[in-house]
Amino acid sequence: MQIDLRTVTIKPLRQTFDNIARRIGADKPASRYQEGTLDMQQTANFHYRPTWDPAHDIYDASRTAIKMADWYAFKDPRQFYYGAYTLARAKQQDTAEANFDFVENRGLAATLPESVRKTVLELLLPLRHVAWGSNMNNASVCAYSYGTGFSQPHIYQAMDQLGIAQYLTRVGLLLGDVESLDEAKRAWMDDDAWQGLRRYVEDSFVIKDPVELFVAQNVALDGLLYPLVYETIIDDVLSSQGGTPVAMLTQFMTDWFTETRKWVDATVKIAAAESPENKEVMTRWLSQWRDRSAAALLPVARIALGDRSDEVVGEVVQQFNARMAKAGVAL
Amino acid sequence: MDMQVAKKKLGLKERYAVMTRGLDWTPSYQKMEDIYPYIAYEGIKIHDWDKWEDPFRLTMDAYWKYQAEKERKLYAIIDAFNQNNGHLNVTDARYVNTVKLFISGISPLEYVAHRGFAHAGRAFPGPGPRVACLMQSLDEIRHAQTQVHSISNYNKYYNGMHDFHHMHDRVWFLSVPKSFFDDAITAGPFEFMVSIGFSFEYVLTNLLFVPFVSGAAYNGDMGTMTFGFSAQSDEARHMTLGLEVIKFILEQDPANVPIVQRWIDKWTWRGYRVLTLVAMMMDYMLPKRTMSWKEAWEVYFEENGGALFKDLARYGITMPKCAEQIALEKDHLSHQAWSTFYNYAAAANFHTWMPDEDEMAWLSSKYPESFDKLYRPRYEFWREQAAKGNRFYNKTLPMLCQTCQIPMIFTEPGDATKICYREVDYKGDKYHFCSDHCKEIFEHEPEKYVQAWLPVHQIYQGNCFPEGTDPTVEGFDPLAAVLKYYNLEHGRDNLDFDISEDKKNFAEWRGQATKNI
Repeated sequence: MQIDLRTVTIKPLRQTFDNIARRIGADKPASRYQEGTLDMQQTANFHYRPTWDPAHDIYDASRTAIKMADWYAFKDPRQFYYGAYTLARAKQQDTAEANFDFVENRGLAATLPESVRKTVLELLLPLRHVAWGSNMNNASVCAYSYGTGFSQPHIYQAMDQLGIAQYLTRVGLLLGDVESLDEAKRAWMDDDAWQGLRRYVEDSFVIKDPVELFVAQNVALDGLLYPLVYETIIDDVLSSQGGTPVAMLTQFMTDWFTETRKWVDATVKIAAAESPENKEVMTRWLSQWRDRSAAALLPVARIALGDRSDEVVGEVVQQFNARMAKAGVAL
Repeated sequence: MDMQVAKKKLGLKERYAVMTRGLDWTPSYQKMEDIYPYIAYEGIKIHDWDKWEDPFRLTMDAYWKYQAEKERKLYAIIDAFNQNNGHLNVTDARYVNTVKLFISGISPLEYVAHRGFAHAGRAFPGPGPRVACLMQSLDEIRHAQTQVHSISNYNKYYNGMHDFHHMHDRVWFLSVPKSFFDDAITAGPFEFMVSIGFSFEYVLTNLLFVPFVSGAAYNGDMGTMTFGFSAQSDEARHMTLGLEVIKFILEQDPANVPIVQRWIDKWTWRGYRVLTLVAMMMDYMLPKRTMSWKEAWEVYFEENGGALFKDLARYGITMPKCAEQIALEKDHLSHQAWSTFYNYAAAANFHTWMPDEDEMAWLSSKYPESFDKLYRPRYEFWREQAAKGNRFYNKTLPMLCQTCQIPMIFTEPGDATKICYREVDYKGDKYHFCSDHCKEIFEHEPEKYVQAWLPVHQIYQGNCFPEGTDPTVEGFDPLAAVLKYYNLEHGRDNLDFDISEDKKNFAEWRGQATKNI
């Protein structure tokens, strides 16, 4: 039996804003993602050229080599507008907090075998700086890319990476102390194992094309780093050596990667499917940055994997290629 | 096993430092000037980014937690408001025109602020300001979206806001707020921070955002009021950032002081000119007034702003000199603006009307120096004409100020019977200005302001007709073609409130909701 609550019904004059109706039809109401995303960025009659980039308009599609008939072809499969985004992250944050509490309250950090603790500090803490670099790169893509469909997820990604850098800092403070953070930064600056990756990150800072920067950072680097470090080294290798508490402390990163790669894959797919020219550019960028990324991560993998590193990095690259093939780019 | 040595507990400040500044490093594979190419050309000297004092210490986990809590509440209220036809509880349908002004004039600026703070955050080499700017960038997309979501329901029932993105880029008076933000985001990152972070968010926010939200609260608009209140704690963070930016820049080098002073002068005036729209909203468009424009200016700028500039005096910063002229205009600004919109009601996306007797009495009491003498007679005449069926709609186009882009409607400081005109010859062309201040802003950066997309010039050049329009055909009606270009529906979105569909529908729907008919 259904109860029948009565409300006064007034027939609306229209279902949504015209710009949305032009895209989805006038007869249906729009979602909050659509109303908060479509055509949010101004497109016409700009008053002045940027004094910091007079060759371009404030928002200018020609900042990238990728060409789109409609930049709102890019849609976030997560349908993240600010409200949906913060609610999702708040939930993950709750889990992360509970995990940190669990490890701290039961003194699980002290139960870690010394070799595991040492590996974790050596491997994870310099990654704080990689995440910080990603924060900066994603801010850059958000600022200089075209169309809210493409730019919006990048501010979320930027702040997620800041959050990840902060979680890694907390892992460092829990398993080590401030000196461990200093030592990791020293290794990041000086040790051979990290120089390839640091060079990769610093080189990415000067990429001017926002879509290429998306590829270098969110597709190629994170696409190898997260499966390698979080899914393989921490969740498999170290867990089998008594390092399960570490996997609890990095659950945020594992879940985050599983979620964000859906958006990354959709974005690659849409860009490449637009035209043979786009596909050619995407293929070139992807293979070039994938190769550099794999080479930069190999010495990092050795910290935890030793002789097995080539083999494991090779597997991660294979998985990555399969992922890109699914997104329509054969590498 | 060794005894675990108790770890040193980090203080809040130290902990926040390792969570932000500790993440940064000095690059060696690329040059600093290639990574941060935009920070030198404005002439601002920063010697030590570490001297930046974090205005608030919020890590991302805490940010997500607090903000999600606010979002949950906000959307629950919006849903309830929509479900209950909350729009029928506003004081009267004239109020909805405030909402139209807000969504087409202000909400798109929140979006530009989002992109602008992403740009500024990326541009600064200091991790402290970067984190603060990016967090503000994230907040600003929140504000743009919560406003669109709250106002979405009004759009379903009322006219004028159905294509607000399109209109914001095109409609003549919307070039006033649009050019203001375009001006800020095209400036260098330091000037952007002074213009938006300090002048707009800190000095003027109580005169812009707050009157709309208070107006909503006074007029029964729970939807708009709720997003305003929900944004309040974000705004408080933005204000502290704005103030910290100024202090940081000023403390870094004495050579920064005159540059910053010029920016404060410029942006206070630019911001004030945009507030013309708010002034008329406060004095004319809210059926239930919160306070007069003049009172708001006295409280929020003359008193509060006065204290702020006293505080900044130790850096050598003085009260912007335009404050004197603004004080002379405060008896006139809103009336001159409303008269203009009453004239141009055919070309705007909201309705105008003549104040009723009670409202005239309120205006007389709030503006004893000017209203009865100068503006009441004008309104009475227009009202008589309207009663005789001669409601006046101006169909000619006004001359615009090259800088603020407002029609040249303002009077000489100190003489409210004489229109103020200023002009400059630059590279063989003549440019017109509404005031000495707009003229000075132009003269300092003529290459920037000659680029302005002035709606009236653009119409006369034939750039504001739908594609394929032939203006040479017999009987061509330029206004009708311009309205098409704006996607403004003649007879529904524009003209006098008295004959509007909004008025008719509101009365009908309210009857339906409150009577048994």
